[in-house]
Amino acid sequence: MQFAYNDEQQMLRDSVERFGEEEWNAADRLKRLAEGPAGGRRRWAKMAELGWLALPISESEGGLGGGPVEVMAIMEGIGRHLMTDAYASHCVLAPALMRGGGEHCAVLLEQLGAGAIRIAAALIEDSGFDPASIRTEALANGGGVRLSGTKIHVEDGADADWFLVSARTSGSAGSRDGIGLFLVPCDADGLDVRRFRSVDGHRHASLVLREVSATPVGKMGEAADRIDLAMDRAILAVLAESVGSMEASLAATLDYVRTRQQFGAPIGTFQAVQHKLVDMSLACEEARALTMVATAQYTQTASDAALVAAAKVRVAQCGIAVTQQAVQLHGGVGTSEELVVSHHLRRQMMLELAFGDASFHKARFADASFR
Amino acid sequence: MNLALTPEDREFQREVRAFFANTIPDAWKTTVRAGLRLPPETLTAYQRCLADRGWGAPTWPTEYGGTGWTPQQLHIFWSEASAADAPSQYHQGLELIGPIIFTYGSQAQKDFYLPRIISGEDWWCQGYSEPGAGSDLAALRTRAVRDGDTYILNGHKMWTSYAHVSTRMFVLARTSSETRRQQGISLLLVDMDTPGIRVSPIRTLDEKHHTNEVFLDDVRIPAANLVGEEGMGWNYGKVLLDRERMVAAATAMFLPQTLRAVRAAAARRRTSTGPLIEQPGFRAKLAQVEIEALGVQSMVLRLMADAAAGADSGPRGSMVKLRWSELLQQAMTLWIEALGPQAQHFEPLDGGGLSDDMPLALQGALFSRVTTIYGGSSEIQRNIIARRALGL
Ligand SMILES: Cc1cc2nc3c(=O)[nH]c(=O)nc-3n(C[C@H](O)[C@H](O)[C@H](O)COP(=O)(O)OP(=O)(O)OC[C@H]3O[C@@H](n4cnc5c(N)ncnc54)[C@H](O)[C@@H]3O)c2cc1C
Repeated sequence: MQFAYNDEQQMLRDSVERFGEEEWNAADRLKRLAEGPAGGRRRWAKMAELGWLALPISESEGGLGGGPVEVMAIMEGIGRHLMTDAYASHCVLAPALMRGGGEHCAVLLEQLGAGAIRIAAALIEDSGFDPASIRTEALANGGGVRLSGTKIHVEDGADADWFLVSARTSGSAGSRDGIGLFLVPCDADGLDVRRFRSVDGHRHASLVLREVSATPVGKMGEAADRIDLAMDRAILAVLAESVGSMEASLAATLDYVRTRQQFGAPIGTFQAVQHKLVDMSLACEEARALTMVATAQYTQTASDAALVAAAKVRVAQCGIAVTQQAVQLHGGVGTSEELVVSHHLRRQMMLELAFGDASFHKARFADASFR
Repeated sequence: MNLALTPEDREFQREVRAFFANTIPDAWKTTVRAGLRLPPETLTAYQRCLADRGWGAPTWPTEYGGTGWTPQQLHIFWSEASAADAPSQYHQGLELIGPIIFTYGSQAQKDFYLPRIISGEDWWCQGYSEPGAGSDLAALRTRAVRDGDTYILNGHKMWTSYAHVSTRMFVLARTSSETRRQQGISLLLVDMDTPGIRVSPIRTLDEKHHTNEVFLDDVRIPAANLVGEEGMGWNYGKVLLDRERMVAAATAMFLPQTLRAVRAAAARRRTSTGPLIEQPGFRAKLAQVEIEALGVQSMVLRLMADAAAGADSGPRGSMVKLRWSELLQQAMTLWIEALGPQAQHFEPLDGGGLSDDMPLALQGALFSRVTTIYGGSSEIQRNIIARRALGL
């Protein structure tokens, strides 16, 4: 098993590091956040130029064919610098869902890789994180298909030009058969998009679809496996983000406890504080190892569901524990908007929810491994 | 949970219950259950309402306008308040400076300040912490220099909660330099309208305005605003240690409010196999937190028994604060879990609505991180217990 990046991957990591230092310097964070979508567009154009947006798209679809390890090199930098740019959703999840989905998918993917459009996945409904427990209907209508239903949460969906919507051609909620995946433009007739800001600066959406005309992606009714595989790839991406973010929080806290004086000594000299930092470093170590192991097993055609689910659960736990302690050890200033540590905590809390929370993935792990 | 009640206690309980039934609007519920403060004007109105009923200062002796309630009656009052989703009374006047004034203040200070605390006319803030003095409060550097019949204050206070709405602030400042840092500190009462005071908000992770920096620049206050003796301010803080157990007790008794919110949210949340509240995994987690909350409630009863017997509680106040703050954080985590993906919708961007409990639940979850930092951090509480209870 390989626990180090090769030269090319290392260069990629370095370039993300430079980008992060320029664009997401912690001292300028509040200014960046205040810029809103305008800043997001500017950065997205830069990321396109650097080739990152096309990186996860397969070569046959005009991309660079980067694998999960290349994505990890990018995502950990996104986490370290806490960039709100929605790379995992638009550049990892969407292309994985659309892979080999037909000519119209290839056209859109090329635009996506060039930074011209964004595509977000509308998969979950009000009955939980399981992508199979959906009720949105896909009804044949003349030569086309029309979708009706409600998607309560679209990760990073607020600025999407297209939505990838899962819907049933047959079967009832919970059945893996009869699920299709469809493309819908954001301004489609009958589509109601609500937009929300999250506490970590990400911008999400919810959808209500009333007989919205849609284009199928891949074979209708057989999308369940495609969705699982794509979700796993997106999960690996956010695991790397989480690892980058928790390591940055640990580093910031180490710096702080060396300089902050109380009772006539740096607080890092108190053993109670030292033991907490040791536990934080253990959590970072465990999370990185799990992320690398889970990332290494993934191929375009198969994923070890139990391992990915396990990593999703455990890395999120580590990320939340590390960032909670980072805030705690900073004392009052840890809770201030001005310092970056609480931004890391907020992101970790939201990452725990992205693509399924701990309960969902524990159940998934149990189903896959206790057969 | 309740101790054995006498017929008089039962009558009192009925009275209190009836009062809360008519006083607490539904609109307050989510904010209160999330452990967040209602808007100051609302809390002031609530304080006035309690004062009108004669219950403005539940923990004070009658001679200063308090209720003179026994610990048993206090326990009943707080239990009923908790059950009715009533908010906590704002504590900085009632529980922090009020008791210091009636214990160490001059007659003039008692006559002037105490009634204004009970009526809600004054809102007090606590100017203790500074940039360099947090856990180590004795490192404070704000100075008060005597000049005739005034003191001139200069310094920088940090984390002064609700200074932006306060009419008055109690300040610890250095009046002389002694070798022991705890000496030469004085406690002063400051009118927030005095020239030279600048209040600047500190933005916090939950995006709600709680706290501030306060800059004191040649602030002249009457020398008569010194509490007790010059240089003895540190010792007056000690009266707080005794009362702290009551604050810890009251706060811990409000934990069930948050747990009710978790249950309600989990009952509403759908999953593929029925409401979340019926899922064994979630029930087990909720049961765990509720069981631990019962543990804390029992510890509170013991504190109240100490108070009734006039016994020293030792570090029991610290123990309750530690357990209460950790449990609040766990309960808030469960609340967020119950909300699921909708916890990611914090603010609508195009005029739409949010789901039930948002954004307050998430703000509460974030703000709960503060409870293990302020009022003596968890690490400091553990140090206190190690020293005072275990003799280490
Ligand atoms: C929202 C909020 C509201 C507040 N409101 C008020 C207010 O109204 N008035 C007021 O005066 N103050 C207020 N405070 C200040 C609060 O009391 C301090 O934040 C607290 O005392 C901790 O001090 P600090 O922030 O300087 O952290 P520090 O003292 O710098 O502590 C940093 C970390 O080091 C740890 N640490 C410090 N010393 C030791 C030790 N000896 N052993 C082990 N660990 C140690 C701490 O536990 C913490 O984890 C408020 C704070 C917040 C965040």
